[in-house]
Amino acid sequence: MVSGANILLSSLVFSPLLAILVIACIPGRRFAAIKQVGILGTLLPLILAFWMFGLFNYDTSNLQFVERHDWISIPIGLAQTGTVFAFEINYELGVDGISMPLILLTAIIGTLAAVASWQIKKRLKEFFILLHLLLIGMLGVFAADNLFLFFIFFELTLVPMYFLIGIWGYGEREHAANKFLLYNGIGSGIMLLAFIAIFVVMRTLNIDQIAAILTTPDHPVTAALTPTVRFALFMALFVAFAIKLPVFPFHTWMLKVHVQAPPSIVMIHSGILLKMGAYGLLRMGIGFFPEQAYQFSTWLAILGIINVLYGAVLAFVQKDLKMVLAYSSISHMGIVLLGFAAMNSIGFQGAMFQVVSHGFISALLFFLIGVIWDRTQTSMIDDLGGLSKSMPFVSGVFLAGGMASLGLPGMSGFISEFFAFLGLFGRMPVLAAIGALGIVLTAVYLLRAIMRTTFGPTPSRFTGLADAQPMEVIPMVVLLGFIILIGVYPAVLGNPMQQALKTIVPIVTGIGG
Amino acid sequence: MDVKDIFSYDWSYLLPEFIILGFATFLSLLDLFAGKRLGRQVIGWLSLAGVVLAAVFVFVNVNVLDKPYSYMADMIRIDDYGNAFKLLFLAGTAFAILLSLSYLKKGEVTHTGEYYYLMLTGLLGAMVMASSADLITLFVGLELLSLSSYVLVGLRKKSLQSNESAFKYVVSGGIATAVILFGMSYVYGLTGTTHIYEISFRLAEAGMAGYQFLVYMAFAFLAVGLAFKISAAPNHMWAPDVYQGAPTPVTAFLAVVSKAAGFSLVFRVLLISFFNVSNGTDRFFFQEASLYLGIMAAASMIIGNTMALRQTNVKRMMAYSGIAQAGYILVPFVPPTTLFFGEVIFYLFGYMLVSFGAFAVIMVVTREQGTEDLKGFAGLYHRSPVMAIAMSIFLLSLAGIPVTAGFFGKFYLFMGALAQENYWLAAIMIVTSVISYYYYFGIIRQMYMRQGTSEAPLAVPKGIWTLVLVLAILTVVFGAFPGLVTDYVQVHFNPSFDFGNMLPPNFQ
Repeated sequence: MVSGANILLSSLVFSPLLAILVIACIPGRRFAAIKQVGILGTLLPLILAFWMFGLFNYDTSNLQFVERHDWISIPIGLAQTGTVFAFEINYELGVDGISMPLILLTAIIGTLAAVASWQIKKRLKEFFILLHLLLIGMLGVFAADNLFLFFIFFELTLVPMYFLIGIWGYGEREHAANKFLLYNGIGSGIMLLAFIAIFVVMRTLNIDQIAAILTTPDHPVTAALTPTVRFALFMALFVAFAIKLPVFPFHTWMLKVHVQAPPSIVMIHSGILLKMGAYGLLRMGIGFFPEQAYQFSTWLAILGIINVLYGAVLAFVQKDLKMVLAYSSISHMGIVLLGFAAMNSIGFQGAMFQVVSHGFISALLFFLIGVIWDRTQTSMIDDLGGLSKSMPFVSGVFLAGGMASLGLPGMSGFISEFFAFLGLFGRMPVLAAIGALGIVLTAVYLLRAIMRTTFGPTPSRFTGLADAQPMEVIPMVVLLGFIILIGVYPAVLGNPMQQALKTIVPIVTGIGG
Repeated sequence: MDVKDIFSYDWSYLLPEFIILGFATFLSLLDLFAGKRLGRQVIGWLSLAGVVLAAVFVFVNVNVLDKPYSYMADMIRIDDYGNAFKLLFLAGTAFAILLSLSYLKKGEVTHTGEYYYLMLTGLLGAMVMASSADLITLFVGLELLSLSSYVLVGLRKKSLQSNESAFKYVVSGGIATAVILFGMSYVYGLTGTTHIYEISFRLAEAGMAGYQFLVYMAFAFLAVGLAFKISAAPNHMWAPDVYQGAPTPVTAFLAVVSKAAGFSLVFRVLLISFFNVSNGTDRFFFQEASLYLGIMAAASMIIGNTMALRQTNVKRMMAYSGIAQAGYILVPFVPPTTLFFGEVIFYLFGYMLVSFGAFAVIMVVTREQGTEDLKGFAGLYHRSPVMAIAMSIFLLSLAGIPVTAGFFGKFYLFMGALAQENYWLAAIMIVTSVISYYYYFGIIRQMYMRQGTSEAPLAVPKGIWTLVLVLAILTVVFGAFPGLVTDYVQVHFNPSFDFGNMLPPNFQ
């Protein structure tokens, strides 16, 4: 169906460049024009992403919209025959059922984050240029079918994020930006090491090919990869993506970012950037080394449980609404790990559902915190209260978002947690039972946070607060709409994923017997 | 050898060296007889013309030569290895002269004539270092470069710091030279020759004949002495002091041309001389010597990157950064393979673009601010967005973040290291690279996130502005399309002239 000459995917990934060029030409003091272009610019990738989703073929597990061009060739030396040996690094893009929903998620959250940037008051021009650069990086990560390209896009998100946190964040923004940079730098470094180690053995960087070769038993190329080497590579990839996700001991940077970055950037960070960790873990960690992942799956489950419970318990004692949600993110990413640990189709599906669902939910909740902060200049739970009187709509959406987050049936959170735990119960009932405690704790800390802020007596200083403006209503309604859509009609996500998961699952379950 | 033999050589291959020598001589005479009447700039532009002309003839040599051409038993040897390095030296010197044209306008350096022709003689020394296979000529080249740089560093005669730098450079450089010579004396004592290809065989015989210890001593002294020129550990301490006091264009010259010349010497002398030495079963060079060089590399990366964290003077920071970079460039040598030439040339090429770009911005900012403190960069983005963005690109490249030439350079080095299963060195490289983010981004923090003392637009000389912009664009272009360089190297330079049968291929 799709030929190699198709450039739809490249256009999608690089479409934010157009907005960058236009914004660069607008004088920095014309705030209104920059804002308009900044928001309209994100519609282009959104439209292309929806278009692609429409063209997406559900019946194949192959990559679609594939593009392949020669790019770099690293000469290694002359063969006896006089021909030049070279390592080829190609420009390769492609999407399958796992990456397609994530691209769509990225485009949607990207647009909404641009809309949510209305409260950015300074250096708007730079802000939107960096936001669009970040968008290119994120779209590229999910579209890349080549490890080199994947790494470049992965790193491309690093630098704009550094600036976005460091310039537009709150009080301790520079510290947060540095911490973000160093942790993620280490993660990327380990990832690069693993990628190149794979490259020199396999002589290809194509993600699909590598997965195919590595999962073929007794393939001649992989003779050098002893089980020990494979396990080391798996662990390297695991650590690299665990920092991004983040998994328990590596999570401190993410708390800082959640608290210090401006709300629209946290929407992107919590909604998409963390998901790059989950995506990488599935596509490269488990996709390349299913056997090692299977051996490691008990630990995955244990780490997942630690994430779920640790995040939930600490979320309960936080005084800052942002910290509550930051720990809540850690807790929810634990469920992704639990889904992976199940090592079966349902578990994987639950994990990927959780990735998309949490993307929407956390974007919604952080957007709401931005709205509240804009009016009250605080996000401390003790300072807030009784907001439902003056801001009934915002409070209502906040409650709905909280319900989605704690897994109310009919909303996306329920489906994903249900699948993840269902998958895990099949393999590790005890661990799954412990992990399921997290769901209870989630309800406790979320309801505590929401009740204390929206209900109760309204302090006099909050009586005159304005409810949501039209520009604020749009993101709320759109996000809530997707949350409910996935909740009541999960097939919208499940169908595209089915085929792609089918390629991974048999290999994994084949090992498990 | 009689006169007839000397004329029987085809001297045209040496035209680049002759041109530089001719220009240096001519300019010194011109300065002597007409210095007062000439504008300050004329000598600078003339020396630039000389460098460009010489580069043209190097390109001619690259295209014409299909095997090494040797003069007088390899006293001078024109080969691809040398030519590739010469192109780097010439480009680096051209950039240094371009910076100097702007730098010298302020008149801190009164002896402008000397300034330019000393740069040319330094360049000539570097070129000799790259194109000889005889210890005598190599040493002469080294000394020519060193002596020229000693004077260049101290040319700000009225500045206390410049004098201090020059003095420290002379003393520590003198010691390093002595160490090198001492090492060479061991080599000569063991082999009775100064021709490194012959040394290669005779050192092996000496090693087998029970003089193993002396061979080790020779290697140790040569490696430690040569570490001075590339500012690698354990002989790196001079760099921060010298970089700080030297006129900024000279600092850039030392950071790039002098360092690259050092590398050309290190690789050629150490690899060829010690290639055949073995303990009967293993090749000394590939088993042990390269391990010692790996330790040097690791130490340089660690020391450079951690010490740079604490610097508040931007030139000192760049010096420590340069020590770390020297460590990176030693990585392909542990042990060397057929890939090493491509890796080193690409890395040095990217490093050259970035260093000159960064030093150009540093020069403009530090002069305008009157201080070399990091805080001078505060608010640069508001004063000159182009300079700030270009500087960010240079810093990202030094840190090894895509899409820049520095990133691909590091990627290439990693590839070589992992192909050798050199995991420990690759790991150190990764960790220290991430540490380096902190101080490179420290400058970025100042430029974008801090309030400067002034908001007035920064006056940037047009020439420097253009140069910085071009270098920044090239950094990104070669980062996105590194094939432009690697293909050129592959097609035009064939290091197997010299090393081909010596090096094991990376991949079977």
